[in-house]
Amino acid sequence: MKMTGISRRDFVKLLGAGGAASALGLVGGCETVPASAASAASAKAAPRVVVVGGGFGGATCAKYLRIYDPSLNVTMIEQNANFVTCPGSNWVLGGMRTMADITHSYAALRSKHGVNVMHDRVVSIDAARRSVALASGKSVEYDRLVMAPGIDFRWGAIEGYDEAASELVPHAWKAGPQTLLLQKQLQAMPDGGTFIICPPPMPFRCPPGPPERVSMVAHYFKTHKPRSKILILDAKEGFSKQGLFMDAWDELYPGMIEFVPASKGGKVQRVDVKTRTVYTDEGLTTHKGDVVNFIPAQRAGAIAGASGLANESGWCPVNQHTFESTLVPNVHVIGDAAVAGDLPKSGHTANNIAKMTAASIVSLFRGVKPPLPSHVNTCYSLVSPEYGISVAAVYRLNEKGVLEGVKGAGGLSPKDAPRLQRVQEANYAQGWYKGITQDSFG
Amino acid sequence: MILSGKSGKTVLSGLAGGLALLGAATVQAQEISRGAVIASTCYTCHGTYGVSPGSIPPIDDISAERMISTLQGYRSGQRASTVMGRHASGYTDEEIREVAQYFGNLQKRGK
Repeated sequence: MKMTGISRRDFVKLLGAGGAASALGLVGGCETVPASAASAASAKAAPRVVVVGGGFGGATCAKYLRIYDPSLNVTMIEQNANFVTCPGSNWVLGGMRTMADITHSYAALRSKHGVNVMHDRVVSIDAARRSVALASGKSVEYDRLVMAPGIDFRWGAIEGYDEAASELVPHAWKAGPQTLLLQKQLQAMPDGGTFIICPPPMPFRCPPGPPERVSMVAHYFKTHKPRSKILILDAKEGFSKQGLFMDAWDELYPGMIEFVPASKGGKVQRVDVKTRTVYTDEGLTTHKGDVVNFIPAQRAGAIAGASGLANESGWCPVNQHTFESTLVPNVHVIGDAAVAGDLPKSGHTANNIAKMTAASIVSLFRGVKPPLPSHVNTCYSLVSPEYGISVAAVYRLNEKGVLEGVKGAGGLSPKDAPRLQRVQEANYAQGWYKGITQDSFG
Repeated sequence: MILSGKSGKTVLSGLAGGLALLGAATVQAQEISRGAVIASTCYTCHGTYGVSPGSIPPIDDISAERMISTLQGYRSGQRASTVMGRHASGYTDEEIREVAQYFGNLQKRGK
């Protein structure tokens, strides 16, 4: 693909929201920074970046800010002592991994990369004063703020399903106690029982996540409870890698899995979590499960909405080059919370967005052009421990400033691939997990 | 070009010292290169700097020449792959050369 260059006007626009342009002396057609401005900047204290959220987006951004410029003062604020990854959480349900395997500490961010990691919760952002207020009562000032709040759920969008309901019928779409709850329920289910999974409408975190979950639960059933069934009641008409998944299900788990698209009665209207009953067809049809996994509709993490970073869609519009918010200056929104063109909401894209954002922030501080972004997504899914499939894409900014898949690149694993390729991709799926967790947290 | 990796600290402090004297020319040299940007997208699967911690092949010790011919082979389909053909098709010859050179420079710096 041909890349478009940045015009001087675009460059000034990029800087404009950050208020940096005035300091750079962009006059007389000269895009370079006068020595006086640069030396004045270097004489000042190191620029401060605060990163909120320690998932794939936040942790990677904090790490790469320090890699790209070790002189930066980088603070990452995260509520939890450790991060439990959503990728791999289906593998826990399938019995392939333990929770410990998918739990990562922030020790390397601190010791190896010099990130100041604070375990606290952001309660508000004061964009005018450039500071964030924390639950502990402290506040932290920033020159640039990176928000990586992930997703939150639209509780109550479906009758009968709110946060309290998720303690009986788990969503397990944020890994941790919810994953364990679902695992416990599956383990307690009798052989011959029915597992109902209700995937959410788009857009949501990890589009191939629901069918991979179905696959891993099917693998667990095949091994331990072979007479059991799985019913997918979907808010959509289809799902990611559908052909590949369904071919593999026919081969590996024949007769076990039934998929009901929205228009054929898959759309859920109500959930009764006490009786584990799901109502579809305007409430006319009931499905009673032994275990129900209801995954609610989603939006950007609550702090994004409360800080004025989200629009009416519930997600955060950004300049897709630098990921600076189009609503609040000096604040970048990355990962699942951001509206990022064709990029799906995945740990992989969050990791890539984080690096491009780190490169942009370092460039903006230096008064040089942020490099044109290049993003990749690779979503591996395990249908069984020895059967892997993938979808991949490369993304660039188009003329409208929207991240778009490069034509002729990317795509799915081939439909009729030899079994060896499925085995190799299963192996690479697990290698991918090691790679991305090392690159984000190590 | 922005420098990263273990040697980054030394080089950057050197740059800071030279800023006042060299001015604009040095600042231009701090732009983050396209090779560095593309390389960083490899790290997600292959590990930071291409030092893979798992079953995905490491790419930190491949010479620039071999990386260019390998990626071009994936792109043309002459070289079999699971996913790399789908990735390599997203890059021009120039981009492939730049990312390969970036990895080559990492090796020279003793990363």
